[in-house]
Amino acid sequence: MKLGHWMMGGAAAALLGLSMATPATAEGEQYLAGLVYRTGAYAPNGIPFANGMADYYALLNARDGGINGVKIQYEECDTGYATDRGVECYERLKNNGPTGTAYVNPLSTGITFALTEKAPVDKIPVISMGYGRSESRDGSVFQWNFPLLGTYWSAADLIVQHLGQKNGGLDKLKGKKIVLVYHDSPYGKEPIPLLQKRAEMHGFEFTPMPVTHPGVEQKATWLQIRRNRPDYVLLWGWGVMNSTSIKEAAGVGYPREQMFGVWWSGAEPDVEPAGDGAKGYNAITLQHGAGRYAVHDDVKKNLYDAGKGSTNWDDVGEVLYNRGLVNAMVGTEAIRTAMAKFGNKPMTGEQTRWGLENLDITEARLKELGFEGMLRPIKISCSDHEGARSGRIQTWDGKAWSFTSDWYTADDAVLQPMVKAAAAAYAKEKNITPVACN
Amino acid sequence: MGPFLEVLLGGLLTGVLYSLVALGFVLIFKASGVFNFAQGAMVLFAALSMARLQEWMAPTLGWVAFPVALTLSALIMMALAFAIERLVLRQLINQEGIILFMATIGITFFLDGFGQTIWGSDIYEIDLFLSKDPIFLFEDVFPGGLLVDPYELMAAVIAGILVAVLAVFFQKTRVGRALRAVADDHQAAQSVGIPLNYIWLIVWTVAGLVALVAGMMWGAKLGVQFSIALVALKALPVLILGGFTSVPGAIIGGLIIGAGEKLAEVYVGSMFGGGIENWFAYVLALAFLLFRPQGLFGERIIERV
Amino acid sequence: MLYRETGQFKTTYESDQRIFRIVQDRWIILAILAAALVVVPFVATPYLYTEILIPFLILSLAAVGLNILVGYCGQVSLGTGAFMAVGAYAAYNLWLRVPEINNLIVVFLFGGLMAAAVGIVFGLPSLRIKGFYLAVATLAAQFFLDWVFARVGWFTNYTASGSVAVGDLSVFGMPIATPEERYFLILGMVIFLTIVALNLVRGQIGRTWMAIRDMDIAAEIIGIRPLLVKLSAFAVSSFMIGVAGAMWGFLRLGSWEPLAFDINRSFQILFMVIIGGLGSILGSFLGAAFIVLTPILLNQIPGWLGIPMSTALISHIEFMVFGAMIVFFLIVEPHGLARMWAVFKEKLRLWPFPY
Repeated sequence: MKLGHWMMGGAAAALLGLSMATPATAEGEQYLAGLVYRTGAYAPNGIPFANGMADYYALLNARDGGINGVKIQYEECDTGYATDRGVECYERLKNNGPTGTAYVNPLSTGITFALTEKAPVDKIPVISMGYGRSESRDGSVFQWNFPLLGTYWSAADLIVQHLGQKNGGLDKLKGKKIVLVYHDSPYGKEPIPLLQKRAEMHGFEFTPMPVTHPGVEQKATWLQIRRNRPDYVLLWGWGVMNSTSIKEAAGVGYPREQMFGVWWSGAEPDVEPAGDGAKGYNAITLQHGAGRYAVHDDVKKNLYDAGKGSTNWDDVGEVLYNRGLVNAMVGTEAIRTAMAKFGNKPMTGEQTRWGLENLDITEARLKELGFEGMLRPIKISCSDHEGARSGRIQTWDGKAWSFTSDWYTADDAVLQPMVKAAAAAYAKEKNITPVACN
Repeated sequence: MGPFLEVLLGGLLTGVLYSLVALGFVLIFKASGVFNFAQGAMVLFAALSMARLQEWMAPTLGWVAFPVALTLSALIMMALAFAIERLVLRQLINQEGIILFMATIGITFFLDGFGQTIWGSDIYEIDLFLSKDPIFLFEDVFPGGLLVDPYELMAAVIAGILVAVLAVFFQKTRVGRALRAVADDHQAAQSVGIPLNYIWLIVWTVAGLVALVAGMMWGAKLGVQFSIALVALKALPVLILGGFTSVPGAIIGGLIIGAGEKLAEVYVGSMFGGGIENWFAYVLALAFLLFRPQGLFGERIIERV
Repeated sequence: MLYRETGQFKTTYESDQRIFRIVQDRWIILAILAAALVVVPFVATPYLYTEILIPFLILSLAAVGLNILVGYCGQVSLGTGAFMAVGAYAAYNLWLRVPEINNLIVVFLFGGLMAAAVGIVFGLPSLRIKGFYLAVATLAAQFFLDWVFARVGWFTNYTASGSVAVGDLSVFGMPIATPEERYFLILGMVIFLTIVALNLVRGQIGRTWMAIRDMDIAAEIIGIRPLLVKLSAFAVSSFMIGVAGAMWGFLRLGSWEPLAFDINRSFQILFMVIIGGLGSILGSFLGAAFIVLTPILLNQIPGWLGIPMSTALISHIEFMVFGAMIVFFLIVEPHGLARMWAVFKEKLRLWPFPY
């Protein structure tokens, strides 16, 4: 009966281990938890993102000795893009380090929804840069959510504006047929209310078409598109669904020039598998795209030349890698802002929230950070947790992404009432009293 | 008429791809009574090794890399079959079906982790040297013609060849006859001197090779990455429709499911907001089952008290 | 020695019919209950509550439910996730639309009842289809219900994203918010329903289930009606699964979308039942512990040992070791962890003085 003893022993040790606190960390370091996914169905998109984040934190440590001299201790946990695993990671990591994690990037709309419920209790801000709940930009209700740089409603609005401009005015969209091919999950459904509203305003015909997770089965969808010949197809996909959509579009001969992806459908892993078929495909970017800027030189000098980078130098500067950099940058800048008020020591979640709400990254600051040309200034306030609502269209030429439009800014006259209404409904459901913003 | 035929044709061809995965299930179930949940993982594993080997060798070997990678992947699948037979099946002889099913789930987990560890979890490509442009048939009969994806056409041809080869293998060769004997009755086969372990090894190898073919076709179509393992779920309704034990059933079942779900999605699904094809396949299969509980071509279940 | 039954005489029918007939078993159960009720609140951290104990308890209940169907009645089902979803969405809609109730226990039981009703409908094919054919046929329920909850706006109160959230929960006026409060509510529900299950399976209904499982034709000949028996198994099983689903949504997630109850959930619970032991309530708990805890542990071991390893590699190794462990346990004891425990008990009878 050795096995039995062994099992009992194992179970006891396991329980003991689980009940113990996780390893002690150095005092005086800023702890940051990273929920990333380097495995599973969405790994091809998750890996470059995770690399970008890790590299930026490593860069700050190597070049500046951390944030204002406070070293960053960064710990990853693999979520596999699954909500329950993500929540487990969050619960496991949130209290590590001297102050717990200063903020959390859920990197998945599902996990963002789940953490939105936990953030006010745990007092840890949720930075969902360009994803998550669109109404969460209303800081009076969603005090702990920061959908920086834009929400799905902003992104959809930017695309509609671009289509309007192409046709010579939004009123010219009347009678056009626009189809939304979306990932059948909260993520994919987010833009539908805005597009419906815009369809009412401008009289275009809007048809949403769902694609079931993981999105490898799209034949029926694209045969319908081939039959109905919509004027534009908007793509709200993720992972393998994007490349499959582009391949199927090429397969049914739908012009890729008339396809517009959200910024999660506009990275290299989405277009490269489709080969030449992806040429001419467009995507909205919420500010940054691919390419290397001043910050990348620092990354090379401090990390890759020393052999400490997390990927190959060739992959640095891809769209999702850059998004990882930007994500880490806005987070650490918020910590820096908080430090100006609370002193140069590790920040708690609550202090970081103050930093986020008072975050003001000016043009001059972007230049210092090496993000000039990549981003526009971002300014957060209590009532607006989004900070910026502008973007450009990028187009894939078969080898690289390039910007093919001017800057657009989402129309707040359309967005604001929708955000207010949705946030008020949420507040009522959850019994939240909105704070006064002034 | 044109669009209808186009959807029908597209559905039939997609159905062939389902059949390729379903075939692997059938082979193993027929010979060993194991419901092999790991078939999807095997498809992924085979496709990953094919894609990565081709990628590594292509710069030095050029087009020769393709046959070399194919051969090596086939060998890898054989080694895998050997390992599964030795380490898992042999230890579980005489257990109930559900226990063997669970064991294959363990194998699935292992293969998912193992495949990604050695081959990586990015998205990879398999080059089959086929044009990506669609083919249009009967352009003079229907406006716009009927659209056909060359990859799917190719898959249909390969599936046809595969079924023919398997039929010859089962009907004409010595090993094939032994396989059928084992499928009929394990004990009787053993008592006339057919070595069970050896037969299982053969079956798993053949299933591994079928997985390699399926993996190549799916991989060329979608790009090789984790989601390929999930196409196994699309093969399940094909299985219950065609019967767990019938090779032709897997093919016919695949065609019915493929055509049925695409037609349903296009002509019915759009009325309900779309996305019905996933459950429609199962409901279709379920409806068939209510009339023939053993599937279309399955062996009749005879029960005695 | 430790498990000696000698001298424990059953002098009344009552004592012969109790659930735990051996005094040692009663002590062990008491000890576990005492630990769960008294010790846990003193030692548990919020992490232990929300990520270990709560998922373990809820999924144990779902596994008990599925075990009734698969282990006791012999009908393999892969629709567990969908029945959990029915429970969760039914509970959500009652909670949302009849705010006067505002009592989670009522809400959960309602979720269970709705799941039972749906379970009966999807159990009908079992009268005609058997074995793996039935297993795959129940996937129809899984995919169809997933689709319904994603597509029919009424179930999700027409939220744009299809994700629903609950908050401000209470039972008989007592608020349920902290991990500790949630834990005790779940513990209470699980203990109650487990006692119900234990009594059902050893009673007349349970015996008819097992008769159908062992040989349905023979059972029919001796006068058992397959229609009633199979459907009652589906109903009872779905009821428990539905309650588990409602608790999973309300107390574990707080906000969920149909993906939380997708096919992976169905498979996960079936794993628990098979690994734990078919036809054993104890096995459901052991299986749930194994399936919930092992991946979390494997993921953390490199960290404890201080082995530097990339995040991806840790996950891959977790998968590989988990898969290998499943195969290993099946080879060592195909009848599951519950049988392993039984064998262990058998040894303890004589230990340390075996002959």
